[in-house]
Amino acid sequence: MTGTRVIEVNNLTKSFGEASALNDISFSVEEGEIFGFLGPNGAGKTTLIQLLLGLMTPTAGEIKILGMDLIKDREAILSQVNFSSSYVSLPTSLTLWENLLVFAKLYGVKNPQDKINSLLTLFEINRLKDSLTRNLSSGQLTRLSLAKALLNSPKILFLDEPTASLDPDIADKTRTLLKAIRNESRTTILYTSHNMKEMQEISDRIVFLDKGEILACGTPDEIIKNFGEENLEDVFLKIARRDVVRKENTQ
Amino acid sequence: MNFSRIGALIQRHLYLYQRSLPRIMEIFFWPLMDLLVWGFITVYFQRSNIGLPPFVTFFLGALILWDILYRAQQGISISFLEEVWSKNLLNLFVSPMRPCEFLVALMSISVGKMLTAGTASALLAWIFYSFNLFLVGISIIPFVLNLLVMGWAIGIISMSMILRYGQEAEVLAWGLGFLIQPFAAVFYPVSVLPAWVQPISRMIPASHIFEGMRAVLETGEIPYQSLMKATLLNGIYLALAIVFFYYTLRVVKEKGLLIHRGTE
Repeated sequence: MTGTRVIEVNNLTKSFGEASALNDISFSVEEGEIFGFLGPNGAGKTTLIQLLLGLMTPTAGEIKILGMDLIKDREAILSQVNFSSSYVSLPTSLTLWENLLVFAKLYGVKNPQDKINSLLTLFEINRLKDSLTRNLSSGQLTRLSLAKALLNSPKILFLDEPTASLDPDIADKTRTLLKAIRNESRTTILYTSHNMKEMQEISDRIVFLDKGEILACGTPDEIIKNFGEENLEDVFLKIARRDVVRKENTQ
Repeated sequence: MNFSRIGALIQRHLYLYQRSLPRIMEIFFWPLMDLLVWGFITVYFQRSNIGLPPFVTFFLGALILWDILYRAQQGISISFLEEVWSKNLLNLFVSPMRPCEFLVALMSISVGKMLTAGTASALLAWIFYSFNLFLVGISIIPFVLNLLVMGWAIGIISMSMILRYGQEAEVLAWGLGFLIQPFAAVFYPVSVLPAWVQPISRMIPASHIFEGMRAVLETGEIPYQSLMKATLLNGIYLALAIVFFYYTLRVVKEKGLLIHRGTE
């Protein structure tokens, strides 16, 4: 990869008292990449995403997004970035249209009506635009959340388990759509998922975190090869169970 | 300050109130109940010829003005809780909206709630008890503005506590105002309070406002000194509340608690 670096993380550390959630990690993400975060529970993925979104302040180190400092240029950065998570909702008492209109204004979208209409069409939820958000199925909610995340045509998109509540058909359509968005607009996508097959399929590169440190960083094939395994799921299991094996050997 | 973003957040709450009967009820129900109970009690006292000061005017006036303060506070704390309840907080905090814009939007919502509830209470008091709040004249405006600012300060503090301690601190959104009420000389003068409580009472802006309101009703003259004291104290408390909010936000970001508030 030799593109423009849109995210640069240098010597990032986050500690909570004595406990270290992230320990001196560095990596960079290039424009148009789909970059996956992988790791067992407690590896530091959520902490890292929170730091990259400015929801948490680092103990040490530097985060540069689109060439700007996240702490000093928060507003300029966040207007070009967006986020969707299966654990975060939009107000359920508002209709789809109302929710998207509110967020379009928060992100300063020009011609919000046109943008909203095009996104509703893209995600095939146009007929639901006047429905209350509380009446949507989980799949429809995910599509609404993704539509919200694309309102400002972000240069960087953070997706936290976006397909967690989708059936295989919709999940596959969503992945195809995300790839198409990346190909058309060179949007950089940062992606987390516990679905290893999905991560292997969608990610250009993956950073594998464990206990707050980067264990491996590279293309899915490189990582699989380095660990001498058949697929990403086996790599994951090898890492997650490493401590158990080590403990058994010691005993 | 981006007014489009402030407008967007206000619009989000207008959409909510537009179709939520429980939330509309919340604005009108308690003021109406208070007005009915206290109104009839004061009418009873007046008819009994107990020979006390004009109770109807004092009590109903105090009741309406207290409700203004309470609604102003809730306009901030409950609107913030709406974002927590709907798990929308993270969406807002990862948007380019600045914390000061968030505060201004909540303050504007609070003005709307206060105006709606205040107008409804004043109207009902006039219909049921022929009590005209505006008998106090134009001087009512600085009193109301002071109550609004005090409501903001309490609202911002309760919101900060919820941000820091989560939904366990939710009770503050309803209770913090009432914790102050016994010492705020709402229905009785400061002189009624025990001697050791009186200095505490004088540190509360509302004490000066309610004492001032009673003075206007009794003498017809505006007690500018009370008004000045209330304004000065309110200025200090509002500034401190805003500093406390920013400090809490910093602590919450350091401890990584925002994600919990946004998904709990």
